[in-house]
Formats: sequence, structure tokens, C-alpha cells
Amino acid sequence: MVIENTDISGITADTTGNFTFPERNKYDSGFGITEKTVDYISDVKGDPDWIREFRKKALKIFLDKPMPTHWATKDLENIKFDEFRYYLSDGQKPKRSWDDVPEDVKKTFDRLGIPEQERKFLAGVEAQYDSEAAYSNIKAAVAEQGVIFVNSTEGLKEHPEIFRKWFGKVIPTGDNKFSALNSAVFSGGSFIYVPPGVKVKHPLQAYFRINSEQFGQFERTLIIADEGSEVMYMEGCTAPKFETATLHSAVVELVAMKGAKIQYVTVQNWSSNVFNLVTKRGIAHEDAVVKWIDCNIGSRLTMKYPGVIMKGKRARGEVISIALANSGQHQDTGAKMVHAADDTTSNVISKSISIGEGRSTYRGLVHIPKHLKGCKNNTECDALLINSKSRTDTYPAISVRGNQHATQHEASVSQVSADQIFYLMQRGLTEAEAMSLSVNGFINDLAKEFPMEYSVELKRLIDLEMEGSVG
Amino acid sequence: MSLKITNLHAGLPDREILKGLNLEVKPGEVHAIMGPNGSGKSTLSKVMAGHDDYAVTSGEVMLDDINLLELSVDARARAGLFLAFQYPHEIPGVSNANFLRAAKKARLPEGEEIDAIKFYKEMYARMDALEMDRSFTSRSVNEGFSGGEKKRNEILQLMMLEPKYAVLDETDSGLDIDALKIVARGVNAMRSPDRGFLLITHYQRLLDYIQPDFVHVLMDGKIVHSGGRELALELEAKGYDWLKEEELATA
Ligand SMILES: Nc1ncnc2c1ncn2[C@@H]1O[C@H](COP(=O)(O)OP(=O)(O)OP(=O)(O)O)[C@@H](O)[C@H]1O
Ligand SMILES: [Mg+2]
Repeated sequence: MVIENTDISGITADTTGNFTFPERNKYDSGFGITEKTVDYISDVKGDPDWIREFRKKALKIFLDKPMPTHWATKDLENIKFDEFRYYLSDGQKPKRSWDDVPEDVKKTFDRLGIPEQERKFLAGVEAQYDSEAAYSNIKAAVAEQGVIFVNSTEGLKEHPEIFRKWFGKVIPTGDNKFSALNSAVFSGGSFIYVPPGVKVKHPLQAYFRINSEQFGQFERTLIIADEGSEVMYMEGCTAPKFETATLHSAVVELVAMKGAKIQYVTVQNWSSNVFNLVTKRGIAHEDAVVKWIDCNIGSRLTMKYPGVIMKGKRARGEVISIALANSGQHQDTGAKMVHAADDTTSNVISKSISIGEGRSTYRGLVHIPKHLKGCKNNTECDALLINSKSRTDTYPAISVRGNQHATQHEASVSQVSADQIFYLMQRGLTEAEAMSLSVNGFINDLAKEFPMEYSVELKRLIDLEMEGSVG
Repeated sequence: MSLKITNLHAGLPDREILKGLNLEVKPGEVHAIMGPNGSGKSTLSKVMAGHDDYAVTSGEVMLDDINLLELSVDARARAGLFLAFQYPHEIPGVSNANFLRAAKKARLPEGEEIDAIKFYKEMYARMDALEMDRSFTSRSVNEGFSGGEKKRNEILQLMMLEPKYAVLDETDSGLDIDALKIVARGVNAMRSPDRGFLLITHYQRLLDYIQPDFVHVLMDGKIVHSGGRELALELEAKGYDWLKEEELATA
């Protein structure tokens, strides 16, 4: 692995993230996961007892639960849990100023363009490096409104009265094997609380960076938007490409109280050795909105089905997702919409792109029970195939009981034909540019849902993927 | 300096379509190619452009001093070859303006950006010349365009990209009389001492509006007869059978 030591001045963001620095970990939990690992993490973090217990219970559930290979890909069996390290950190507290962040770490985030984005358009940033946040800051004006934006450890220690009320409530530990794993060894991630009526104008952003080899990152995020408040949270992630596998397994819980609105934007660009197994769910109370905007590029296997439980009347849940699977990648994504009150509305728009031998799978679940009325769901899933080896599968499951609801489901599969590429190339575009333009055309209507800075970023990531795919 | 095709043999793996074709288009000249359906006209245009359905077994295609057959499709285009397609492709979700911009940018040195104001000014002027509504800038390339609108859009691209040599494959088919005149006007405006044209057509009518310097007849993969403008009139009157007989007689 190349050890980078270059001066970052004048470097535009390296969004591939394919670079690494030497490890300088004071704390290393070692390989494998046992009760000792959990104790080690709890000791290092100085967890309160209830968290230590929470972790241990979770560990047991994780070890007991089989891999979900009865419905999911057999590739999961290639995850060797003994070959990962579950906690790595340099033992430093997150810094409030980039100047105080250790040099290598600062260079990493500089190179990824984070401080620059922070200056330009963010209300706050948390930058996680392996297991812990290296930098965490919120603009004074936003903090003065009472907004809390800290990492999960700080959240559970400093704000237990809010944290404890919701932590693990949206996604129970035993939801699935990986939510249990996360619950056992979680570290980092964000805790956000937005007080009633506060509308956070600019997005809060977290960036999750994996630097070390044979490592698993398990951040845990909990966002609570109190009544009538609004917040947009954005997360980005990258890791270097190692020969060995990397594991990323996050749990994200959102709570939108009455009339609140949470938008959660993800632009992930994992290298192709990452198993990315993430559980994300939100609860929307009366008149609240939870919207997931999820863009999955890269990784060896991504399994992620953001969900919304519409618990209060007129609540709204949305999942807008874009997944791009290049050769050697499998994007297994979708959405889970649970209607639990009258007049709730859900909207799922999923676009997947499969290139070369890349594989995309859509899994959707829409649940509307019989006793409700006036619920609406719209599901659209479109797949784009670039070259005949690509593969796409759709598993929509819409269980609608009763007849007082309106649901609509559309699915399409289209091809970027050789003739379309020929046409574009005849106008002077390279093959990569032609593919990139075709893909951008396909997701065009969804890219508009992203904040401007992120849709530019998205376009750039697609360009890079296409360059890589034509070699 | 010319677009020069020498003894070109090309076709599908199991079937030769072009069987020793010779043709030279010099800058400033307009050549028309006519010929029966299935004689290989579109194949010729696609082989020149580098479509990988076709393999060249022998012969040469030179664009000035560049050997086109050695280049990729996009490099041929950037070298100055433009093909107005008989059946232009639709590109869903990509606006005409973005497409043109990407195509123009592809011709700039690495890292250089398009001057957006200049670009829009030029595009609007070209569209006005082709009597294309401004709404076509934001519509997806060719998607939902009528047959005639697609052809007009091909000419818009030709005008924006200013190639050295342009091959127009049946740009006239599908056009109504007024559109034909407008498209012809567009092409005529692009005629210049530095630019050569190859028009593939079935109808003499187009040649009333875009007057060619030479007319060739392509039959069974070869140019079997060449002449001046009057040849087009003769073909319109007599069809192609007499040439078949002539060819047989000389064979
Ligand atoms: N990709 C292809 N696959 C199969 N056959 C092909 C292909 N391309 C060309 N051909 C065949 O080669 C012959 C020449 O086709 P081409 O399209 O060049 O004719 P054309 O002269 O342009 O005809 P038209 O006047 O009808 O447009 C036809 O018989 C056609 O069916
Ligand atoms: Mg033809």
C-alpha cells in the first residue's frame, strides 16, 4: 500500500478515496469478536453500565443469529468475522479545530475536500477516522439555537435523557444480524437533537473514513428532530482499496416528532473490497416527514433498505435511491415503508445501474394494514443495464390490506445499447464519457433531489466509475 | 487534402457488404451517393465512422493525412468526421444543450471549459437558422422528436460541431417540403472551401436544394457510375436497372 505524503495544497478532492496513511493506533481491539472485544471497547470508551450490558446482549444475539443467506446473497458467507479488528483509535478526543487534528488525519480530510465544504455550505461537520471522530464542530449560530451535534459516545454520556429514550427503539438490536453486530461494537456516528421549531438552514455533515486494513467500522447515528423542526444530514464515506475485505456496518435511527422534517442524504463511494451492511430506519410522527436520499456507489456488497415507519396521521416517508454496480460489485438495496396511521403517504423511487458484471437487486416492502384508511404508496424502480452481462433483480413486496388505499407500482428495465454509445462517440465523446452521460441522463430527475454540491459530486463519481469500467 | 476511400472491402463477419469501394471528397466539394436499398450506403457511412458491427478486410480511409481506420470512433469524430444518422438515437434524460456542450467540450484541450454564454448564443443562432423552437434545448436528445425533428437536430449538431467532412445519410427522408428547404439552407450555410460533404439520398429533390458537384451510384458495395448533377435526374427518370445491365455488359 502506498504511503502518501504529498502536500495537499491545490489538490482537488480525491473522491475515490484510494489512499492511506500508516496506522497510529493507541487502541486496537485485536482480531475477532468475543465478549472480551466488547469489554475492551466499553473500557476504552468509558461506557456507562447500561451501554456495556446493551452491547453484551447484542453480542449474544449477533452470535446466535444465522446469516440471512436464505434470502440474501451467499457472498455473505465470505465475511470472516475473525479477520477484522472491531475498534481502532488513537485515543484522542474529537477536535473542534482542524489545526488540532493530527497531521495525517487532517491531510486525509483535506484531500477529500471536507474542510472546504464545511466553509462553503455546511452548518456542522463530524469527521470520523476508523472508530472515532477526529473532528467535530458545529457553527456557533446553529449551536445557539440549541441544536446538539456530537458523536454517539458524547451523546449518550452528555445527553442521556434524550439519547436513552430513543436509542435502539427505532431499530431493535435483533432486527437483523448486522444491527446486532453494530449494537455490540458501535463507536462513532452522530447524535443530533434539534429543538422544537428550529429549522437548521444548512446541512449537517458526517464523513466516515476507513484508513486501516482488516478493520470494521460500526458507527451509530441517532437523529431526533423535535416538533416542527427541520434538519438535513448528509453523510459521505470512503475507504482505500485493500487486498483484504473491509467491513462497514452502521445503524442509523431517525425520529421526526410531530410536524418535523428530516432529510438524510448519503453519498457513499466505498472501494470494491468493502462489505457495506447498513440498517437505516426512521419514525415519522403526525404530519412529519422522513426522507432518505441514498446514493450507493462502490463496495463489494451493499445491503441497505432504508425504512420509514409512519406512526402518526398524515406522516410521509420517502426513499430516493441511486445504486451503481460495476463489475465485482453487488448493490442490494431497496426500501421499507410501514404505514401505521391513517392518511400516511410513502414514495419510493429507486434507480439502479449495472455495468459490466455488476449486479443490482431491488427489495421493497410496503406494508399497509387493514384497519387503516387513506394511505398512499408510490413505488417506481427503474434499472439500467450497460452491456449484456449485467444483472438486475426486483423483489417488490407490497402487502396492502383493505381497499381504502391507493398504491401504484412501476418498474422498468432499460439498456444503454451499443448503438447509443456509438451515436455519442460519433459526436466525439470517449466511451467513458458516453457511458457517463447515458447514466447521468438516466438518473437526471433524481439527481435534482440532491443538494447542488452533492449532485455535482455525484456526477463526478459517476464519471470516475465509468473511466474505471472501460479501463 | 481530402476524405479518401481506397479499395474498401468491409462487412459483417459472414458477409461482405462493401466490395472494393473508391471515392474521394475534397474540401469544398459536395458529393451525392445514390443507390438501391440495401446496396451498402449506410454501411459505408458507419464503416467510415468506425461502427464495430463491421470489419474492414482491406482498403484505406484517409481523412487528410490521418488513417481513420486506425482510430477509435470518438477519435475519428474529433479528427473531423461527422455522420448525420439515418436513424438518430434517443438519449433519455440528457438534454440537447448538455449533449452539445459535452460534444464541444470533447474537442477542447484537457481541462478547458466551454464559455457558457458564447455557447448558448451560438446554439440559439443555429437553432434560429433551422427554425427550431427553443424548447428543444432542454428536451432530451431526440426523445419523442418527430422523424423530421430528429433530422433537423442532426443538422444542428453538424452546425455546432463544424466538422471537416460531413456524411449525411438520408437526411431528407422524413422531411416535409418546408423542412427540406430549411435543412438544405442549413447545409448550404455550412458549405465552405474547407469542408467536404457526402450526401446519401434516394431523391433528386434534395439535390435541387443542395447542388452537388458529383453524383455517384453505389450498387452491390461498389461505386458503379459517377457523373455530374445531371446524373441524378437521369436516375430519377430511368431507375437503376440500366446500370445493372451496363455493369453486366462491362463485366
Ligand atoms: N448490422 C447488420 N446486420 C445485418 N445485416 C446488415 C447489417 N448492416 C447492414 N446489413 C445488410 O447489409 C446490406 C446493406 O445495408 P445498408 O444499410 O448499408 O443499405 P443502404 O444502402 O443504406 O440501404 P437503404 O437505402 O435502404 O438505407 C443490407 O442487406 C443490410 O440488411
Ligand atoms: Mg441506409
